[in-house]
Amino acid sequence: MNRIHIIIRREYISRVRKKSFLIASILGPVLMAAIIILPTYLATRGVEQKDVLVLDESEYFTDVFVPNDELNYEFVDASEEEAKAKLLSEGYYGLVFIPKIDLEDPFGYKFYSGSNPSMSIVNKIEREIDRKVEDMRLELSGLDNEVINSFKVSTDLDTINLSKGGMERSSSSGAATAIGYIAAFMIYLFIFIYGAQCMRGVIEEKNTRIVEIIVSSVKPFHLMIGKVIGIAGVGLTQFIIWIVFSFVVIAGVTAAMGIGGVPATDGAEIMGTPQARQVDPGFVEQALESLGAINFPMVMASFLFFFVGGYLLYGALFAAVGSASDTDADAQQFMLPVTIPLIFAIIMLGAVLNDPDGSLAFWLSVIPFTSPVIMMMRVPFGVEIWELFLSMFLLVAGFIFTTWIASRVYRVGILMHGTKVNWKILAKWFMASN
Amino acid sequence: MDLLRINNISKAFGSHQALEDISVSIPEKSIFGLLGPNGAGKTTLIRIVTKIIEPDSGQVFLQEKEMSAALVRKIGYLPEERGLYKKMKVGDQLLYLAQLKGLSRGEATKRIKDWLEKLDLGAWRNKNIEDLSKGMAQKVQFIATVLHEPSLIILDEPFSGFDPVNADLIKNEILELRDKGTTVIFSTHRMESVEELCDHIALINKSRKILDGSKVEIKNEHREGLYTIEYKGKLPINGEFDARDTEETDAGLVKAVVKDKSGEGPNQLLKKLLREVEIHGFAEKIPSINEIFISKVKD
Repeated sequence: MNRIHIIIRREYISRVRKKSFLIASILGPVLMAAIIILPTYLATRGVEQKDVLVLDESEYFTDVFVPNDELNYEFVDASEEEAKAKLLSEGYYGLVFIPKIDLEDPFGYKFYSGSNPSMSIVNKIEREIDRKVEDMRLELSGLDNEVINSFKVSTDLDTINLSKGGMERSSSSGAATAIGYIAAFMIYLFIFIYGAQCMRGVIEEKNTRIVEIIVSSVKPFHLMIGKVIGIAGVGLTQFIIWIVFSFVVIAGVTAAMGIGGVPATDGAEIMGTPQARQVDPGFVEQALESLGAINFPMVMASFLFFFVGGYLLYGALFAAVGSASDTDADAQQFMLPVTIPLIFAIIMLGAVLNDPDGSLAFWLSVIPFTSPVIMMMRVPFGVEIWELFLSMFLLVAGFIFTTWIASRVYRVGILMHGTKVNWKILAKWFMASN
Repeated sequence: MDLLRINNISKAFGSHQALEDISVSIPEKSIFGLLGPNGAGKTTLIRIVTKIIEPDSGQVFLQEKEMSAALVRKIGYLPEERGLYKKMKVGDQLLYLAQLKGLSRGEATKRIKDWLEKLDLGAWRNKNIEDLSKGMAQKVQFIATVLHEPSLIILDEPFSGFDPVNADLIKNEILELRDKGTTVIFSTHRMESVEELCDHIALINKSRKILDGSKVEIKNEHREGLYTIEYKGKLPINGEFDARDTEETDAGLVKAVVKDKSGEGPNQLLKKLLREVEIHGFAEKIPSINEIFISKVKD
């Protein structure tokens, strides 16, 4: 046991001291902060106003195209050809051409522009035209706009989580989704990055042949497990640094730029129709309240468990792959089969999200190869405690199982050089007595 | 007393029989040559002794106790293919390997310092292995092998890769260790390189032991009554002396190997030769281990 401790320490310290670890520790949070802050920042800066010509031969739309923050409309009175020439010669963004139309069957609208127009602008213009035509048709049919509007309803379901103890908390599948996605992806990335490190470490020891000296002092299994655990420690350290540092960076930048409630406003505008929804003053509070519906201690604890457990499950397999390879390139052929369950889990995230308590979600979240990713998608929505424990128990059992398989391949593989390894040979190693 | 006893070891890898019923005893405080061509099974035997792999049958005893993980730590092993962590400092690396052998941190640190000074590596302690020359890295690896003061040192092809100066340095260190009571096993296919150092040898060929014992005894057993002579004159061509390998030397003499066919000993042979030619040199031709090996393999 003492010797495993020595190996763990070497694996940990030699990696934590590396420059690349330091760089990743700093860059990680900066990138993460950039991903969160940049869109907000760009949104607050607003978009550059674009000049758009309008040639309205129908003369129905003079009151529709009113200049706003985004688009500055300018009506022209000319032929289509002249307007097109003006567009090109004077550097306008685009030209809306509306021919003389029949309100019963309008067609022939065109949007000319020098480059490919943005989808959002085209949609906006189409919506303006649609609404005007609708209004005019209603008027023709003799219905009053006011009356029509008074019939319109907008329903907003308050979703509330009921717990057995009678507690009521408003829930937000939005917040749960976001947290679930982030957690699932972090675990996926962590397994890949640190699993690969594990593999490369084994290949290095094998190539430099130092492994022969080490296994004349300790059992191959101890070397393997020491490496897997040591690297888990590195990952955990890196993760904690990221979390702490990210909070500092995000809090710092947000405070400095004074962009607190902006994301909510922005979000409302993207999701709803622009004219319809004013930002609810209670929106931010509501968002905070729905965050409160998520059991954070539970999410954090589960995250740490699946983060480490998922890595350990795959780490030993990655080590075994390394032991069967003389170079990184050799390792490729075994990498894919090992990582397929993980990739599958990521692909299935969407389906799980559709029905977080369905049977697909249940099975994928208890089978150890997919459970670390899938369970973390489910936990923020709240899962039955027995499911969580079943998943955890199976993950530990799975880890013991993969480590057992991996160690049998590893102990033979690390001493083999120049063999063209295939699955048959791996099986032979696994079966070898010793 | 024998420090290491290898009893009836057999090992197969699939259909390939790597070792077949090998038994060898290695006396304490000896330098033992485990000799044989490439692929004979030497490295497999060493890996079984160091418990890196298990034999299909047979046992290994160190100091009369069956080999165990704890006992393996009394062995220092220098593998044929040398290697260390490239990006780890010399001092850290030695400390790590010493601790894995069970040495305390304090004791290991002290010994590392002494050994590095002894082999002129003191200034390199905080350098990464990748910054060292190949020869220096090999010296570091030698230190790693002996640092925990093992009672048995196993060196697989120890001199490959060393320049003559360093090879000599290591050779002297090995002799010094032997004088202090350490037993040393050399494994090599270059028999001439260790012949002078070894007290005992075992020859392995095609997974079988074909010869073992004290070097002197083996050589005596394989004496063929051949003598190298240098002379002036003309030896009769007829069969009496069976002169062969005749060649002229720079001094204008003739050098040849003759055989004591009657088996009466060197004095009688010399008397007979003196009747025929003027003798300038006379010495018994003792077979080298290499020659014995080649003749044995041909049998």
